[in-house]
Amino acid sequence: MSVAPLAGPVAAGGEPTRGHVALRDVHLRFESGRQSIDAVQGFDLEVRPGEFVSLIGPSGCGKSTLLNVVAGFIAPTAGAALVDGEPIRGPGADRGMVFQQYSLFPWKTVRQNVEFGFKMKGVGRARREEAARTLLGIAGLLAFENHYPDQLSGGMRQRVGIVRALATSPRVLLLDEPFGALDAQTRAVMQQILTNMWQKLRISVLFVTHDIEEAIFLSDRIYVMTARPGRLKMMLPVPLPRPRDPAMTSSPQFMALRRTVSDLIREESLKAMGMELGDGLLDGLSIDARGKDLAAML
Amino acid sequence: MSTATVLKLHGAAGTGQAAPAREGAAPAAPLPGPLPASRAAEAPARPWAALLARGPSGRAMALGVLSIAAFLVAWHLASTYRLDAFIRFINVPGPLVVLDRLAHALDNPSFVQNVLISLRRIMLGFCLAALVGVPLGLVMGRFRVVRECVFPLSEALRPIPAIAWVPMSIMLWPTTEASIVFITFLGSFFPILVNTLHGMHALDGVLVRAARCLGASERQLFLEVYLPGTLPQIFTGLTVGMGVAWVSLIAAEMISGQFGIGYFTWEAYSLIQYADIVLGMVCIGVLGLLSSAVIRMIGGLVMPWARGSAVQEGR
Ligand SMILES: Nc1ncnc2c1ncn2[C@@H]1O[C@H](COP(=O)(O)OP(=O)(O)O)[C@@H](O)[C@H]1O
Ligand SMILES: [Mg+2]
Repeated sequence: MSVAPLAGPVAAGGEPTRGHVALRDVHLRFESGRQSIDAVQGFDLEVRPGEFVSLIGPSGCGKSTLLNVVAGFIAPTAGAALVDGEPIRGPGADRGMVFQQYSLFPWKTVRQNVEFGFKMKGVGRARREEAARTLLGIAGLLAFENHYPDQLSGGMRQRVGIVRALATSPRVLLLDEPFGALDAQTRAVMQQILTNMWQKLRISVLFVTHDIEEAIFLSDRIYVMTARPGRLKMMLPVPLPRPRDPAMTSSPQFMALRRTVSDLIREESLKAMGMELGDGLLDGLSIDARGKDLAAML
Repeated sequence: MSTATVLKLHGAAGTGQAAPAREGAAPAAPLPGPLPASRAAEAPARPWAALLARGPSGRAMALGVLSIAAFLVAWHLASTYRLDAFIRFINVPGPLVVLDRLAHALDNPSFVQNVLISLRRIMLGFCLAALVGVPLGLVMGRFRVVRECVFPLSEALRPIPAIAWVPMSIMLWPTTEASIVFITFLGSFFPILVNTLHGMHALDGVLVRAARCLGASERQLFLEVYLPGTLPQIFTGLTVGMGVAWVSLIAAEMISGQFGIGYFTWEAYSLIQYADIVLGMVCIGVLGLLSSAVIRMIGGLVMPWARGSAVQEGR
């Protein structure tokens, strides 16, 4: 079978060599009529081959925008966006994407959805069917191969979405708050599934979330963004050992990281709310944001 | 007899042309009597589908049979006693005469000939309209420039009913046959175009982005995303378009006087073959009903995902 499903960009046994993402001094400005919005200013980001990187920040800070730059849907106003040293020129199958909204084709069955990437490459029916079934088997979805997306739960749809994005072995997987619409239990299961898959594939992942624990649990490194216009607030490595399991979330190391990230985010969220508070009022929060309406904030 | 209601259905479909044909907007209004009001509200674009698929309850069935029977009896009495009170039944044949005529319709070579001619015109006009309207709607939805070029022209021509094109059409086309097909084409073209365009607007952009991330080329986007994604609205357009096609065809045939079932019906009046008038009417109704049933059937075949969507499985 020449279609090798879930074959990551790894030379057998060695370290992954492809899937390097670099954003260099990226600016993004949206012009809408008379208004212009600076969404992102001077952002630098790097995802090394096989690395799992999260992008976290307050709502509206430009996370989706940056992901769309890497996906090739938006060209940066200034700066460079590169994958493996090549400038990004548009969307392509080398970068798989999973969206927050359900994005399975409702007119295709689960298997046909997974086959889509192969079909676009011109892989013959029999071979892509076989490849899709193999993948669905790995993901535990084979029993649902002939279901239509409408017949699936939210968690299953996102699982199919991830399998579909991974099917044709992209170099980079981009995920935009993929579990945002799921309940807490499903979300935890999905996180575990994603880490397991990633560990097998050693594919580069850029993961957007606003869930702090999710970012820590999944990532090698976390980029925390400032409120709009989005800039780099801080880059944090996550030195937790792998493989990770949910028990780690109560380890002191995890708690400390969580504390750090949540302080950074809270600071930015308050800024995003545009508040001006006198010094001292926020002492208990150990942050230096300024705002007026403490009650509303807490 | 349900002839009157079927004609009304077509008439209402005609209004779907003037107003921007939204899903469900067009044929929902003129539901026939036997259908309870609550059901009428539930059945959007395809009242007959709902009527046939759900199977009426015992009460609805009884009331339906009763009202049709009452109509037939009233008609029978009015024509037997030659009712003449503002409405004149003096020349109107009774249901028994018409029934006899219907039973022997296939022995009537002129009738069969005219039906076949009308069917051919509908096939040609409607299929041409679908072949032009659907791709044009897709391309207009995809490319802004095309939309900006075509939309104003289409909006200017759309309010003109196809029937108003009859004289112009006879001047434009070398044969009457071509001009009648053209009018049928015009009647179904705009509902198909407008609904396809509406489908393109309603298509979720994330599906397009997902496809592009999976390596879809522009051509593949059309075949794999735009077309299947707009099929529900396309079929709404086809259903409405088929209704308007019949209205336009019958009118064109009556005016131009060149064969067809519309011509047959009109001619029956001139020839004092009053039973044939009703025969023609019933035939037009049945053909209209059958042609929308065919479209519905094709729709079900090409949109299997929309069929059992109420079925919930998995966890
Ligand atoms: N196409 C657009 N036109 C104008 N403004 C936009 C557009 N896309 C995003 N923005 C603005 O850019 C900012 C960042 O948006 P986004 O990247 O979606 O934020 P988030 O971090 O929540 O994903 C927001 O303020 C948003 O309003
Ligand atoms: Mg977002």
